[in-house]
Amino acid sequence: MSGVRVLVGTAKGAFILTADGKREQWKISGPHFGGWEIYHLKGSQADPNRIYASQASDWFGQVVHRSDDGGESWETVGNEFVYEGDPGPHQWYDGTPHPWEFTRVWHFEPSPTDPDTVYAGVEDASLFRSTDGGQSWQELPGLRGHGTSSNWQPGAGGLCLHTILLDPQNPDRIFVAISAAGAFRSDDGGTSWQPINQGLRSEFMPEPEAEVGHCVHRIALHPSRPDVLFMQKHWDVMRSDNAGDSWHEVSGNLPSDFGFPIDVHAHEPETIYVVPIKSDSEHYPPEGKLRVYRSRSGGNEWEALTNGLPQSNCFHNVLRDSMAVDRLDPCGVYFGTTGGQVYASNNAGDRWMPIAENLPRVLSMEVQTLP
Amino acid sequence: MIRVILPHHLRNLAGVGAEVEVEVEGEEPVTQAALLDALEARYPVLRGTIRDHVTHKRRPFLRYFACQEDLSHQSPDTPLPAPVVAGEEPFRVIGAIAGG
Repeated sequence: MSGVRVLVGTAKGAFILTADGKREQWKISGPHFGGWEIYHLKGSQADPNRIYASQASDWFGQVVHRSDDGGESWETVGNEFVYEGDPGPHQWYDGTPHPWEFTRVWHFEPSPTDPDTVYAGVEDASLFRSTDGGQSWQELPGLRGHGTSSNWQPGAGGLCLHTILLDPQNPDRIFVAISAAGAFRSDDGGTSWQPINQGLRSEFMPEPEAEVGHCVHRIALHPSRPDVLFMQKHWDVMRSDNAGDSWHEVSGNLPSDFGFPIDVHAHEPETIYVVPIKSDSEHYPPEGKLRVYRSRSGGNEWEALTNGLPQSNCFHNVLRDSMAVDRLDPCGVYFGTTGGQVYASNNAGDRWMPIAENLPRVLSMEVQTLP
Repeated sequence: MIRVILPHHLRNLAGVGAEVEVEVEGEEPVTQAALLDALEARYPVLRGTIRDHVTHKRRPFLRYFACQEDLSHQSPDTPLPAPVVAGEEPFRVIGAIAGG
Protein backbone atom coordinates (compact mmCIF):
# COMPACT_ATOMS: atom_id res chain seq x y z
CA MET A 1 0.00 0.00 0.00
CA SER A 2 1.28 3.47 -0.75
CA GLY A 3 2.04 5.91 2.01
CA VAL A 4 3.35 9.32 2.84
CA ARG A 5 6.34 10.66 4.70
CA VAL A 6 6.06 14.20 6.09
CA LEU A 7 9.37 15.97 6.69
CA VAL A 8 9.09 18.70 9.29
CA GLY A 9 11.87 21.17 9.97
CA THR A 10 11.55 22.99 13.29
CA ALA A 11 13.46 25.44 15.43
CA LYS A 12 14.77 22.57 17.55
CA GLY A 13 15.19 19.61 15.26
CA ALA A 14 13.59 17.61 12.47
CA PHE A 15 10.62 15.30 12.78
CA ILE A 16 9.43 12.67 10.34
CA LEU A 17 5.78 11.66 10.31
CA THR A 18 4.66 8.61 8.38
CA ALA A 19 1.31 7.05 7.51
CA ASP A 20 -0.14 4.59 5.07
CA GLY A 21 -2.28 5.72 2.15
CA LYS A 22 -5.33 6.28 4.34
CA ARG A 23 -3.40 8.96 6.22
CA GLU A 24 -5.31 8.45 9.44
CA GLN A 25 -2.78 6.84 11.80
CA TRP A 26 0.56 8.59 12.13
CA LYS A 27 3.93 7.70 13.58
CA ILE A 28 6.41 10.38 14.59
CA SER A 29 10.18 10.00 14.72
CA GLY A 30 12.51 12.63 16.07
CA PRO A 31 13.85 14.94 17.00
CA HIS A 32 16.59 14.35 14.50
CA PHE A 33 19.47 16.80 15.11
CA GLY A 34 17.85 17.79 18.42
CA GLY A 35 18.40 21.36 19.48
CA TRP A 36 19.41 22.61 16.02
CA GLU A 37 17.35 24.75 13.70
CA ILE A 38 16.35 22.66 10.72
CA TYR A 39 15.40 25.13 8.06
CA HIS A 40 14.36 22.60 5.45
CA LEU A 41 14.33 18.94 4.48
CA LYS A 42 13.38 17.61 1.09
CA GLY A 43 13.40 14.18 -0.50
CA SER A 44 14.33 13.25 -4.03
CA GLN A 45 11.58 12.24 -6.43
CA ALA A 46 14.12 10.11 -8.27
CA ASP A 47 15.04 8.20 -5.08
CA PRO A 48 12.59 8.78 -2.21
CA ASN A 49 15.07 7.39 0.30
CA ARG A 50 17.43 10.26 -0.48
CA ILE A 51 16.67 13.25 1.76
CA TYR A 52 18.65 16.45 2.17
CA ALA A 53 18.48 18.43 5.42
CA SER A 54 19.63 21.96 6.16
CA GLN A 55 20.82 22.29 9.73
CA ALA A 56 21.68 25.84 10.60
CA SER A 57 22.59 27.68 13.74
CA ASP A 58 23.61 31.17 14.75
CA TRP A 59 26.29 29.50 16.86
CA PHE A 60 27.74 26.90 14.52
CA GLY A 61 26.79 27.97 11.01
CA GLN A 62 25.55 25.68 8.28
CA VAL A 63 25.63 21.89 8.32
CA VAL A 64 24.14 19.74 5.57
CA HIS A 65 22.95 16.20 6.15
CA ARG A 66 21.92 13.53 3.71
CA SER A 67 19.97 10.36 4.31
CA ASP A 68 19.95 7.43 1.92
CA ASP A 69 17.44 5.38 3.88
CA GLY A 70 14.44 7.63 4.22
CA GLY A 71 15.62 9.40 7.35
CA GLU A 72 16.60 6.34 9.39
CA SER A 73 20.22 7.46 9.41
CA TRP A 74 22.12 10.55 8.29
CA GLU A 75 25.57 11.48 7.14
CA THR A 76 27.11 14.91 7.08
CA VAL A 77 27.99 16.20 3.63
CA GLY A 78 29.50 19.41 2.31
CA ASN A 79 28.75 22.73 3.99
CA GLU A 80 31.07 25.02 2.06
CA PHE A 81 29.02 27.59 0.14
CA VAL A 82 31.44 30.08 -1.40
CA TYR A 83 30.27 32.80 -3.74
CA GLU A 84 32.05 32.99 -7.09
CA GLY A 85 34.50 35.88 -7.29
CA ASP A 86 34.09 39.08 -5.33
CA PRO A 87 30.43 39.10 -4.34
CA GLY A 88 30.29 42.85 -3.77
CA PRO A 89 27.54 44.51 -1.77
CA HIS A 90 23.77 44.41 -1.67
CA GLN A 91 21.68 46.99 0.15
CA TRP A 92 21.17 46.78 3.87
CA TYR A 93 17.85 47.62 5.55
CA ASP A 94 18.78 51.29 5.72
CA GLY A 95 19.85 51.44 2.08
CA THR A 96 23.58 51.40 2.75
CA PRO A 97 25.86 48.89 0.98
CA HIS A 98 26.32 45.63 2.87
CA PRO A 99 28.74 42.84 1.96
CA TRP A 100 27.27 39.64 0.59
CA GLU A 101 27.66 36.98 3.30
CA PHE A 102 26.54 33.38 3.33
CA THR A 103 24.36 32.62 6.35
CA ARG A 104 22.25 29.52 5.77
CA VAL A 105 20.42 27.30 3.33
CA TRP A 106 16.71 28.10 3.26
CA HIS A 107 15.59 25.53 0.72
CA PHE A 108 16.84 22.40 -1.02
CA GLU A 109 15.31 21.39 -4.33
CA PRO A 110 16.46 17.96 -5.56
CA SER A 111 16.48 17.27 -9.28
CA PRO A 112 13.41 15.29 -10.35
CA THR A 113 15.61 12.88 -12.32
CA ASP A 114 18.98 12.61 -10.56
CA PRO A 115 19.19 12.04 -6.80
CA ASP A 116 22.76 13.35 -6.72
CA THR A 117 21.80 16.71 -8.18
CA VAL A 118 20.26 19.19 -5.79
CA TYR A 119 19.85 22.96 -5.74
CA ALA A 120 20.21 25.09 -2.62
CA GLY A 121 18.63 28.49 -2.11
CA VAL A 122 20.66 30.45 0.40
CA GLU A 123 20.90 33.65 2.43
CA ASP A 124 22.41 36.07 1.36
CA ALA A 125 20.45 35.30 -1.76
CA SER A 126 22.03 33.04 -4.29
CA LEU A 127 21.53 29.67 -5.90
CA PHE A 128 23.98 26.80 -5.50
CA ARG A 129 23.99 23.36 -7.06
CA SER A 130 25.58 20.07 -6.14
CA THR A 131 25.95 17.19 -8.59
CA ASP A 132 27.63 14.81 -6.14
CA GLY A 133 24.93 14.28 -3.57
CA GLY A 134 25.74 17.38 -1.55
CA GLN A 135 29.44 16.74 -1.06
CA SER A 136 30.40 19.93 -2.90
CA TRP A 137 28.49 23.04 -3.93
CA GLN A 138 28.98 25.43 -6.81
CA GLU A 139 27.24 28.76 -7.15
CA LEU A 140 25.24 29.61 -10.26
CA PRO A 141 26.60 33.14 -10.23
CA GLY A 142 24.47 34.53 -13.03
CA LEU A 143 21.61 35.15 -10.61
CA ARG A 144 23.56 37.07 -7.98
CA GLY A 145 25.46 38.70 -10.81
CA HIS A 146 22.27 40.05 -12.30
CA GLY A 147 22.60 43.79 -12.87
CA THR A 148 19.96 44.57 -10.28
CA SER A 149 21.53 42.68 -7.38
CA SER A 150 23.31 45.64 -5.82
CA ASN A 151 19.81 47.05 -5.20
CA TRP A 152 18.41 43.93 -3.52
CA GLN A 153 17.43 44.45 0.11
CA PRO A 154 16.66 41.87 2.79
CA GLY A 155 13.18 41.21 4.09
CA ALA A 156 12.63 40.81 7.81
CA GLY A 157 13.94 37.25 7.60
CA GLY A 158 17.07 38.21 5.70
CA LEU A 159 18.00 38.40 2.02
CA CYS A 160 16.97 34.84 1.32
CA LEU A 161 16.40 32.75 -1.76
CA HIS A 162 13.54 30.63 -0.44
CA THR A 163 11.73 29.19 -3.47
CA ILE A 164 13.16 27.04 -6.26
CA LEU A 165 10.85 25.57 -8.90
CA LEU A 166 12.33 23.26 -11.52
CA ASP A 167 10.13 23.11 -14.62
CA PRO A 168 9.30 19.41 -15.00
CA GLN A 169 8.75 19.80 -18.74
CA ASN A 170 11.77 21.95 -19.56
CA PRO A 171 15.02 21.09 -17.74
CA ASP A 172 16.53 24.43 -18.78
CA ARG A 173 13.87 26.45 -17.00
CA ILE A 174 14.19 27.37 -13.31
CA PHE A 175 12.12 29.79 -11.26
CA VAL A 176 13.35 31.26 -7.98
CA ALA A 177 12.01 33.80 -5.52
CA ILE A 178 13.97 36.07 -3.22
CA SER A 179 12.81 38.21 -0.30
CA ALA A 180 12.85 41.06 -0.96
CA ALA A 181 14.07 41.15 -4.57
CA GLY A 182 11.25 39.30 -6.32
CA ALA A 183 10.92 36.40 -8.72
CA PHE A 184 13.45 35.44 -11.39
CA ARG A 185 13.52 32.92 -14.24
CA SER A 186 16.31 31.19 -16.10
CA ASP A 187 15.73 29.58 -19.49
CA ASP A 188 19.25 28.22 -19.86
CA GLY A 189 19.69 25.95 -16.87
CA GLY A 190 20.64 28.67 -14.43
CA THR A 191 23.32 30.48 -16.41
CA SER A 192 21.42 33.70 -16.99
CA TRP A 193 18.36 35.15 -15.29
CA GLN A 194 15.66 37.72 -15.80
CA PRO A 195 13.36 39.34 -13.24
CA ILE A 196 9.73 38.28 -13.73
CA ASN A 197 7.92 40.85 -11.64
CA GLN A 198 5.82 42.77 -14.14
CA GLY A 199 2.38 43.35 -12.68
CA LEU A 200 3.50 43.19 -9.06
CA ARG A 201 2.75 46.28 -7.02
CA SER A 202 4.29 46.85 -3.59
CA GLU A 203 3.13 50.02 -1.90
CA PHE A 204 6.05 50.10 0.52
CA MET A 205 8.51 50.66 -2.33
CA PRO A 206 9.50 54.09 -3.63
CA GLU A 207 8.56 52.80 -7.08
CA PRO A 208 5.68 50.40 -6.35
CA GLU A 209 5.95 48.67 -9.72
CA ALA A 210 9.76 48.53 -9.95
CA GLU A 211 11.50 45.69 -11.76
CA VAL A 212 12.92 44.30 -8.49
CA GLY A 213 12.42 44.85 -4.77
CA HIS A 214 9.16 42.98 -4.24
CA CYS A 215 8.83 40.80 -1.19
CA VAL A 216 7.67 37.60 -2.83
CA HIS A 217 6.85 35.10 -0.10
CA ARG A 218 6.29 31.98 -2.17
CA ILE A 219 5.51 30.79 -5.69
CA ALA A 220 4.03 27.47 -6.76
CA LEU A 221 3.12 25.64 -9.95
CA HIS A 222 1.36 22.47 -11.03
CA PRO A 223 3.72 20.09 -12.87
CA SER A 224 1.25 19.52 -15.71
CA ARG A 225 1.09 23.23 -16.51
CA PRO A 226 4.37 24.89 -15.54
CA ASP A 227 3.65 28.14 -17.35
CA VAL A 228 0.97 28.94 -14.80
CA LEU A 229 2.44 30.29 -11.59
CA PHE A 230 0.76 31.28 -8.35
CA MET A 231 2.35 33.69 -5.89
CA GLN A 232 1.75 34.72 -2.33
CA LYS A 233 3.37 38.12 -2.08
CA HIS A 234 3.92 40.16 1.09
CA TRP A 235 0.48 41.51 0.29
CA ASP A 236 -1.54 40.16 -2.67
CA VAL A 237 -2.08 36.72 -4.14
CA MET A 238 -0.99 36.78 -7.77
CA ARG A 239 -1.19 34.59 -10.85
CA SER A 240 0.80 34.41 -14.08
CA ASP A 241 -0.30 32.51 -17.17
CA ASN A 242 2.91 33.10 -19.11
CA ALA A 243 5.73 31.75 -16.94
CA GLY A 244 6.01 34.97 -15.00
CA ASP A 245 6.21 37.40 -17.90
CA SER A 246 3.25 39.20 -16.34
CA TRP A 247 1.16 38.80 -13.21
CA HIS A 248 -2.36 39.73 -12.18
CA GLU A 249 -3.96 39.77 -8.77
CA VAL A 250 -6.33 36.96 -7.74
CA SER A 251 -6.82 37.85 -4.07
CA GLY A 252 -10.58 38.12 -4.65
CA ASN A 253 -12.65 37.61 -1.51
CA LEU A 254 -9.84 36.59 0.86
CA PRO A 255 -10.22 38.12 4.34
CA SER A 256 -6.58 39.22 4.05
CA ASP A 257 -4.27 38.84 1.11
CA PHE A 258 -1.20 38.87 3.33
CA GLY A 259 0.30 35.46 4.00
CA PHE A 260 3.27 33.23 3.40
CA PRO A 261 2.63 29.80 1.80
CA ILE A 262 0.76 28.92 -1.37
CA ASP A 263 0.39 25.51 -2.96
CA VAL A 264 -1.46 23.72 -5.76
CA HIS A 265 -3.66 20.61 -5.55
CA ALA A 266 -1.84 17.56 -6.93
CA HIS A 267 -4.54 16.65 -9.46
CA GLU A 268 -6.44 19.89 -10.07
CA PRO A 269 -4.19 22.60 -11.50
CA GLU A 270 -6.77 25.31 -10.83
CA THR A 271 -7.18 24.41 -7.14
CA ILE A 272 -4.87 26.40 -4.90
CA TYR A 273 -4.43 26.95 -1.17
CA VAL A 274 -3.31 29.88 0.97
CA VAL A 275 -3.39 30.71 4.68
CA PRO A 276 -4.40 34.36 5.17
CA ILE A 277 -2.60 36.24 7.92
CA LYS A 278 -3.99 39.43 9.41
CA SER A 279 -1.27 41.84 8.31
CA ASP A 280 2.43 42.41 7.94
CA SER A 281 2.44 43.84 11.46
CA GLU A 282 0.26 41.15 13.03
CA HIS A 283 1.45 37.72 11.92
CA TYR A 284 -1.52 35.63 13.00
CA PRO A 285 -4.83 34.60 11.44
CA PRO A 286 -7.60 37.20 11.19
CA GLU A 287 -10.03 36.99 14.14
CA GLY A 288 -7.91 34.26 15.72
CA LYS A 289 -9.44 31.74 13.31
CA LEU A 290 -7.00 29.39 11.61
CA ARG A 291 -8.44 29.04 8.12
CA VAL A 292 -6.97 27.62 4.97
CA TYR A 293 -8.54 29.20 1.92
CA ARG A 294 -9.06 27.15 -1.22
CA SER A 295 -9.84 28.41 -4.67
CA ARG A 296 -11.04 25.93 -7.28
CA SER A 297 -10.91 28.56 -10.00
CA GLY A 298 -7.24 29.47 -9.92
CA GLY A 299 -7.91 32.43 -7.67
CA ASN A 300 -10.44 35.23 -7.08
CA GLU A 301 -13.16 32.98 -5.62
CA TRP A 302 -12.04 31.53 -2.31
CA GLU A 303 -13.71 29.32 0.30
CA ALA A 304 -12.67 29.00 3.93
CA LEU A 305 -11.67 25.50 5.07
CA THR A 306 -12.22 25.29 8.81
CA ASN A 307 -13.35 21.76 9.66
CA GLY A 308 -10.94 20.52 12.30
CA LEU A 309 -8.99 23.78 12.61
CA PRO A 310 -9.16 26.03 15.70
CA GLN A 311 -11.73 28.77 15.15
CA SER A 312 -11.02 30.89 18.19
CA ASN A 313 -7.97 32.24 19.97
CA CYS A 314 -5.46 30.90 17.46
CA PHE A 315 -2.54 33.24 16.96
CA HIS A 316 0.03 31.15 15.15
CA ASN A 317 1.62 31.85 11.82
CA VAL A 318 2.28 29.47 8.92
CA LEU A 319 5.66 30.15 7.35
CA ARG A 320 6.35 30.19 3.63
CA ASP A 321 7.82 26.71 3.27
CA SER A 322 5.40 25.08 5.71
CA MET A 323 2.68 23.85 3.38
CA ALA A 324 2.78 20.89 1.02
CA VAL A 325 0.56 18.42 -0.81
CA ASP A 326 0.89 14.71 -1.48
CA ARG A 327 0.07 13.00 -4.76
CA LEU A 328 -2.45 10.46 -3.50
CA ASP A 329 -6.11 10.52 -4.43
CA PRO A 330 -7.81 12.31 -2.75
CA CYS A 331 -4.99 14.81 -2.53
CA GLY A 332 -3.53 15.30 0.94
CA VAL A 333 -2.75 18.82 2.14
CA TYR A 334 -0.43 19.56 5.07
CA PHE A 335 0.80 22.59 6.94
CA GLY A 336 2.74 23.39 10.09
CA THR A 337 2.44 26.36 12.42
CA THR A 338 4.77 28.47 14.48
CA GLY A 339 2.94 27.02 17.48
CA GLY A 340 4.25 23.55 16.68
CA GLN A 341 1.11 21.98 15.25
CA VAL A 342 1.10 19.97 12.05
CA TYR A 343 -2.30 19.66 10.40
CA ALA A 344 -3.20 17.24 7.65
CA SER A 345 -6.19 16.76 5.43
CA ASN A 346 -6.62 13.52 3.52
CA ASN A 347 -9.44 14.95 1.43
CA ALA A 348 -8.08 18.06 -0.23
CA GLY A 349 -8.81 20.33 2.72
CA ASP A 350 -12.43 19.45 3.52
CA ARG A 351 -11.48 18.12 6.95
CA TRP A 352 -8.30 18.60 8.97
CA MET A 353 -6.70 16.75 11.83
CA PRO A 354 -3.63 17.57 13.89
CA ILE A 355 -1.00 14.91 13.30
CA ALA A 356 1.47 16.53 15.71
CA GLU A 357 0.52 19.15 18.26
CA ASN A 358 3.42 20.09 20.45
CA LEU A 359 6.47 20.35 18.26
CA PRO A 360 8.83 23.34 18.29
CA ARG A 361 8.10 26.21 15.91
CA VAL A 362 7.64 24.69 12.46
CA LEU A 363 9.98 26.25 9.91
CA SER A 364 9.28 24.02 6.92
CA MET A 365 7.24 21.08 5.74
CA GLU A 366 7.56 18.75 2.80
CA VAL A 367 5.66 15.61 1.89
CA GLN A 368 6.87 12.53 0.07
CA THR A 369 4.39 10.22 -1.60
CA LEU A 370 5.78 6.72 -1.29
CA PRO A 371 5.08 3.79 -3.61
CA MET B 1 48.62 16.24 22.66
CA ILE B 2 46.41 19.26 23.17
CA ARG B 3 43.11 18.80 24.94
CA VAL B 4 40.06 20.53 23.45
CA ILE B 5 36.64 20.77 25.05
CA LEU B 6 33.82 21.28 22.57
CA PRO B 7 30.26 22.52 23.17
CA HIS B 8 27.45 19.97 23.32
CA HIS B 9 26.23 20.31 19.75
CA LEU B 10 29.69 20.03 18.22
CA ARG B 11 30.42 16.93 20.28
CA ASN B 12 27.29 15.35 18.85
CA LEU B 13 28.15 16.46 15.35
CA ALA B 14 31.66 15.04 15.54
CA GLY B 15 30.53 11.96 17.47
CA VAL B 16 32.98 12.53 20.32
CA GLY B 17 32.89 12.91 24.07
CA ALA B 18 33.36 16.00 26.17
CA GLU B 19 37.06 16.25 25.47
CA VAL B 20 39.18 15.38 22.45
CA GLU B 21 42.92 15.24 22.05
CA VAL B 22 44.59 16.78 19.05
CA GLU B 23 48.15 16.47 17.91
CA VAL B 24 49.50 19.63 16.35
CA GLU B 25 52.39 19.09 14.00
CA GLY B 26 54.61 21.75 12.50
CA GLU B 27 56.60 24.67 13.64
CA GLU B 28 56.78 25.94 17.19
CA PRO B 29 55.25 27.78 18.86
CA VAL B 30 51.82 26.23 18.58
CA THR B 31 49.26 28.88 17.72
CA GLN B 32 45.50 29.09 18.04
CA ALA B 33 45.19 28.81 14.23
CA ALA B 34 47.42 25.72 14.12
CA LEU B 35 45.32 24.05 16.81
CA LEU B 36 42.06 24.76 15.00
CA ASP B 37 43.58 23.60 11.70
CA ALA B 38 44.57 20.33 13.36
CA LEU B 39 41.17 19.96 15.02
CA GLU B 40 39.38 20.39 11.69
CA ALA B 41 41.78 18.02 9.96
CA ARG B 42 41.02 15.34 12.54
CA TYR B 43 37.28 16.04 12.52
CA PRO B 44 36.40 17.43 9.07
CA VAL B 45 32.73 17.67 10.04
CA LEU B 46 33.72 20.63 12.24
CA ARG B 47 34.91 22.68 9.27
CA GLY B 48 32.80 25.79 9.03
CA THR B 49 31.20 25.30 12.44
CA ILE B 50 33.81 27.07 14.59
CA ARG B 51 35.41 29.30 11.98
CA ASP B 52 34.18 30.62 8.67
CA HIS B 53 35.31 28.43 5.79
CA VAL B 54 36.92 31.21 3.83
CA THR B 55 38.00 33.92 6.27
CA HIS B 56 38.72 31.56 9.20
CA LYS B 57 37.14 34.18 11.45
CA ARG B 58 35.69 32.83 14.68
CA ARG B 59 31.92 32.54 14.59
CA PRO B 60 30.50 35.45 16.56
CA PHE B 61 28.54 33.32 19.06
CA LEU B 62 31.59 31.25 20.02
CA ARG B 63 34.46 32.10 22.34
CA TYR B 64 37.80 30.46 23.16
CA PHE B 65 38.92 30.08 26.75
CA ALA B 66 41.96 28.50 28.41
CA CYS B 67 43.75 28.90 31.74
CA GLN B 68 40.96 31.20 33.03
CA GLU B 69 41.59 33.59 30.14
CA ASP B 70 39.42 34.64 27.25
CA LEU B 71 41.54 34.06 24.15
CA SER B 72 38.76 34.92 21.70
CA HIS B 73 40.09 38.25 20.63
CA GLN B 74 43.71 37.26 20.31
CA SER B 75 45.25 37.02 16.89
CA PRO B 76 44.98 33.49 15.47
CA ASP B 77 48.75 33.57 15.25
CA THR B 78 49.20 34.11 18.98
CA PRO B 79 51.01 31.21 20.67
CA LEU B 80 48.79 29.15 22.94
CA PRO B 81 49.48 29.24 26.69
CA ALA B 82 52.19 26.79 27.70
CA PRO B 83 49.89 24.67 29.94
CA VAL B 84 47.57 24.12 26.94
CA VAL B 85 50.45 23.05 24.70
CA ALA B 86 51.69 20.74 27.46
CA GLY B 87 48.26 19.13 27.78
CA GLU B 88 47.88 20.30 31.36
CA GLU B 89 44.94 22.61 30.65
CA PRO B 90 42.23 22.25 27.99
CA PHE B 91 41.41 24.71 25.23
CA ARG B 92 37.68 25.36 25.50
CA VAL B 93 35.32 26.29 22.68
CA ILE B 94 32.29 27.82 24.36
CA GLY B 95 28.93 28.69 22.82
CA ALA B 96 27.20 31.89 23.88
CA ILE B 97 24.62 31.31 26.59
CA ALA B 98 21.63 32.67 24.74
CA GLY B 99 18.53 31.61 22.91
CA GLY B 100 15.12 30.23 23.78
